Amino acid sequence: MIKVEGLSKRYARTTAVDNVSFEVKKGQIVGFLGPNGAGKTTTMRVLTCFLPPSSGSANVAGFDVVEQPMEVKKRIGYLPETPPLYPEMEVEEYLTFVAKLKGLPSGDIKRRVGEVSERCAVADVSQKLISKLSKGYRQRVGLAQAIIHNPDVLILDEPTSGLDPKQILDTRSLIKSLAGDHTIILSTHILPEVEQVCEHVIIINKGKVVATDTVHNLTNRLRGAEAVAVEVEGRNDQIDKGTVQQRMEQVPGVSRVVYKESRDSRHLYEVESLQGRSIRPELARSIVESGWNLNELRSVSLSLEEVFLSLTSSDEQPAMVGSAN
Amino acid sequence: MRNINTIFQREMKSYFTSPVAYGVMGFFALLSGYFFYVYVYIFVQRGMESQMMGRATPMDVNEWVIRPILMNVSVIGLFLIPMLTMRLFAEEKRSGTIELLITSPVRDIEIILGKWFSAVALYACILAISSLNIIMLFGYGKPDWRPILVGYLGLLLQGAALLSIGTFISTTSKNQIIAAVGTFAICLILWILDWMSSYGTEAWAKVVGYLSVVAHFETFAKGVVDSKDVIFFLSMCFLGLFLTARSMESLRWRA
Repeated sequence: MIKVEGLSKRYARTTAVDNVSFEVKKGQIVGFLGPNGAGKTTTMRVLTCFLPPSSGSANVAGFDVVEQPMEVKKRIGYLPETPPLYPEMEVEEYLTFVAKLKGLPSGDIKRRVGEVSERCAVADVSQKLISKLSKGYRQRVGLAQAIIHNPDVLILDEPTSGLDPKQILDTRSLIKSLAGDHTIILSTHILPEVEQVCEHVIIINKGKVVATDTVHNLTNRLRGAEAVAVEVEGRNDQIDKGTVQQRMEQVPGVSRVVYKESRDSRHLYEVESLQGRSIRPELARSIVESGWNLNELRSVSLSLEEVFLSLTSSDEQPAMVGSAN
Repeated sequence: MRNINTIFQREMKSYFTSPVAYGVMGFFALLSGYFFYVYVYIFVQRGMESQMMGRATPMDVNEWVIRPILMNVSVIGLFLIPMLTMRLFAEEKRSGTIELLITSPVRDIEIILGKWFSAVALYACILAISSLNIIMLFGYGKPDWRPILVGYLGLLLQGAALLSIGTFISTTSKNQIIAAVGTFAICLILWILDWMSSYGTEAWAKVVGYLSVVAHFETFAKGVVDSKDVIFFLSMCFLGLFLTARSMESLRWRA
């Protein structure tokens, strides 16, 4: 449905998007994840024909954004970061205006405005001035505006930014309910949002795509490599942190042991496994057999958060994700 | 055509839901009413004087009342035009609604024409207010209606031309005030060029004089439709709209 190849966008001094390529299939919800200023909005603006690309191509629903912008615009619904609302208009009036602008046949407009008002839960404020609406309602009117012409592709730029927790949940479930009918790209810098809403994730940083995969796979890559927090205590204060570390490193399947800290005679470590190995039973046995007390053995949950941080922090690429590629 | 109409209607509604239209119309009614009073007063006084002197001088309402009023309306228009155009694009850029327009299946030129037509339509409404005064004259005298019509045609053409320039300036800023000040400066320059040209007879003075809006309007006020002046105003409309289109295109490359 969306195909981006070698897309770059350069401004006078900076490169906002650098040679980005990705593909989105019909009906998918794709999360566009990256820190602020990573080039998410710029990429979305190219897809919506707001900005022309400096080089490369973008294809939406079979039409090129440079060659046939009118065809692309007809098939795309766009919610910018700040919803494009006219404060002096009433909600219903505004949606009717957008429906006309998007080229809906006059006969369908009234019905369609009613439908999207219901769907986005703004029907109860349809006669209110937009300037009087709360932020949550404005965001929903913005969403209603984006889906009014039933577009194939929906592009949502930070749809939950600035909302309160309840509104965020509502907006997320609304977006989820829109999947299926529409192919959705949404940008965000909030990780749990991607985990909850999206099937696929494109991580972008400094204008470059650093990872593209399903959310499931990305988290699995990490779960495959297990990390365990271990606390070991000597029975008669006769314990040396180096010996413990050496002992644990000998356990089959362990890739790395990191010493964390000591409290009295207790030592804390973080142990990482090799890909796809479960090390906890072996680890426990070897510690107990060596005559130490095993106070704690806890699997450290690795979330998308870690992948994200490791991918977007500027230094090295983490070995785990690299090896999975 | 449908898209132009959609934009046009929204703009008109926006003019009349904000105080802009009412403020501008009220301000204009006040000024044009005052000038009407002054010119009619002078006319009546002169009539009485010539009667007392016992000399029957020919009194021409068109020449003594209507023409100066039209000239005044033309100048007042220069001050009103920035208020009509300042919002057109600056506000859309500030609030981000320009993204909605540009990402909708609507051509740039349709957006521009819709907005410009709405400004011209509001300007026409304003002119209609001043025509109420002149219509009253028909109750007391026999002014020739043809030069009046030509005068209003000239006012409309002049307004349309300056509104197109104002529309262009509105695309260059996010700030309505800056857009208004810029437009006002250009209107003012186009007005005073007329005086500047009168200080010299060289070639430059002729060129400068030709650019003066007021000089071109003067022939209309006299009741003459000169194709030279019509072409001047129409080409100015075209220039303004052309620059607007270029400027809108450049928004995308720079935004």
